[in-house]
Amino acid sequence: MNESLHRLGEYVLLMKKAIAIPDRWSMFFKQLIREIYKLGVDSLWIVVIISVFIGTVIAIQISLNINSPLIPKFTIGYTTREIILLEFSSSIMCLILAGKVGSNIASEIGTMRITEQIDAIEIMGVNSANFLIMPKIIGLMLFIPVLVIFSMFTGIIGGIGASYLDTRMTPSSFEYGLQFYFNSFYIWYSIIKSVVYAFIISSIAAYFGYNVKGGALDVGKASTNAVVMSSIMILLADVIMTHLMLT
Amino acid sequence: MIEVKNLTKSFEGRTVLHNISAVFETGKTNLIIGRSGSGKTVLLKNSIGLIQPDSGEIFYDGRKLIGMGKKELNILRREMGMLFQGSALFDSMTVLENVMFPLDMFSNDSYKEREKRAMFCLERVNLLDAEHLYPSEISGGMMKRAAIARAIALKPRYLFCDEPNSGLDPKTALLIDDLIHDITVEYKMTTIINTHDMNSVINIGENIIFIKEGIKEWQGDKHQVINSNNEALNDFIFASDLFKKVKKAGNHKS
Repeated sequence: MNESLHRLGEYVLLMKKAIAIPDRWSMFFKQLIREIYKLGVDSLWIVVIISVFIGTVIAIQISLNINSPLIPKFTIGYTTREIILLEFSSSIMCLILAGKVGSNIASEIGTMRITEQIDAIEIMGVNSANFLIMPKIIGLMLFIPVLVIFSMFTGIIGGIGASYLDTRMTPSSFEYGLQFYFNSFYIWYSIIKSVVYAFIISSIAAYFGYNVKGGALDVGKASTNAVVMSSIMILLADVIMTHLMLT
Repeated sequence: MIEVKNLTKSFEGRTVLHNISAVFETGKTNLIIGRSGSGKTVLLKNSIGLIQPDSGEIFYDGRKLIGMGKKELNILRREMGMLFQGSALFDSMTVLENVMFPLDMFSNDSYKEREKRAMFCLERVNLLDAEHLYPSEISGGMMKRAAIARAIALKPRYLFCDEPNSGLDPKTALLIDDLIHDITVEYKMTTIINTHDMNSVINIGENIIFIKEGIKEWQGDKHQVINSNNEALNDFIFASDLFKKVKKAGNHKS
C-alpha cells in the first residue's frame, strides 16, 4: 500500500513537472510534430489492418450467432456498427496501442535515463520532463482520435466486406443495419474516451521510463510494467466513463 | 572558481563522502582521482547539483549552489557544460543537431548564426566531416569530441567531465585530454575532470584531488604527485607500470 502511494505521489509530481510552459515553443512544436509522426502516424497501418480483420470477424460471428428467422438480417450490420463504435475502435484499439506506443515511450525514455541523456538535458538547465514527456502526451492526445476514426471507418469496411463473403447476410441488409437508429453521440463518446486513454498510455509509460534505475534489463521491466499498468487503467477508465456518459 | 566546503553525502546509511573541502581553480584542469567506488562521481554530481548533499556548501564564483532559487539555478546551469562517461549524445539527433541543441534552447540568434556557432564548435574538435551522422554511426572517440562540442556551444564558464577517456585507446585518450586542456585555457573555464587514467594525471593534472573511500587524502599537481609521501596515493598511482617507470626515471635523473 505504502509503495503504491509512493508511486502515485511520484507520478503526480512528474506530471506537475512535465505539464508546464515549455522553455522554448519552437522546440516544443518541433518535438510535437516528431512525436505525432512517430507515435501516431506510424501506428496507422496496424490500426487499419486490425480494424479491417476484426470488423470482418465481428460481422461473421454475429451472422452465425443470430441466424434466426425471428431476427431481421439488418441486425447484423446494426450490432457490428455498435460494437465497433462503442467499444472496439476506442477501448480495444487503445489497449493494443498501449502495447505498441506505451512500450515505445517507456523504452525510449528509460534508455535515455540509463545512458545519462536525461542528466545531460537537466545539466543544460532544461526541464527534461517537460521537454521529453509533454510533446508525447499532447501528440498522442491529438492523434489518437484520428486513429480511432480510421479504426471505425476501416472496421465498418471489414464488416461490409464480410456481407459480400457470408451467404447468411446480404450487403443491402447489412448497409441498412449500419444506418439503422444511428446515434452520432456514440462517435463523440468514443473520441472522448480515446483522448483519456491517450493521456493514460503516454503519461504512465513516461513515468515508468523516466524512473528507470539500473541497466537494459530494467528498461525492459519498465516497458512491461508500463503496458500492464496502462492496460489496467484503460479498463478502469472505460468502466467509469461508460457509467458517466451512457447511463 | 568552484569551492566545495565540508561536503558529506550518505546513501542508505553508508557515507560515501566524508566532509570534503576543495577548491577547483579557473583556467586549470582540476582532476578528481581515486579508485572505482571511492566517491568521485558522487562528488562531481554533488558539485553540479544533480545530487543533493546531506551537508556542506558549494560555491560557483561566490554563488551558493545549495538553496539556490529555480530561476538562478537555471541561469547557472546554462553556464555549465558536461561531458558524460558515455557521451550522452541524443540518439535521435545528428551530431550537428546535438551541438545545436543548447543553442536552440537558449540562444536568441537566428538559425544561420546558431548553425555557424555549432559548425565552429565541431571544427574546434575536428569533427566537421561527421555533422550529418547519427551517434550510432560514429566511433567512441568521435562521440566524445561531439559531446565536447555540445558542452562548449554556449561558451560555458564551468566544464565537468566524467571519465572522459573511458573506453578509448591511449592515443585518442591523449587527444581528448589535450582538447579539454586547450579549451579550458581558451575559454578560461573552471574544468573538473573525474578520472582514474594515470596518463591524464601526467598530461593535464594541474590541480589534482585524490579521494579514498570518500575522504580527501591529498591535493597537489602533476609534478608533486610523483614525489608524494602519501601512502594511499602511492598505493593508487604506482599500481600503474607507467608511473613506476616515470618515478624510476625521475630517481635516476636526481
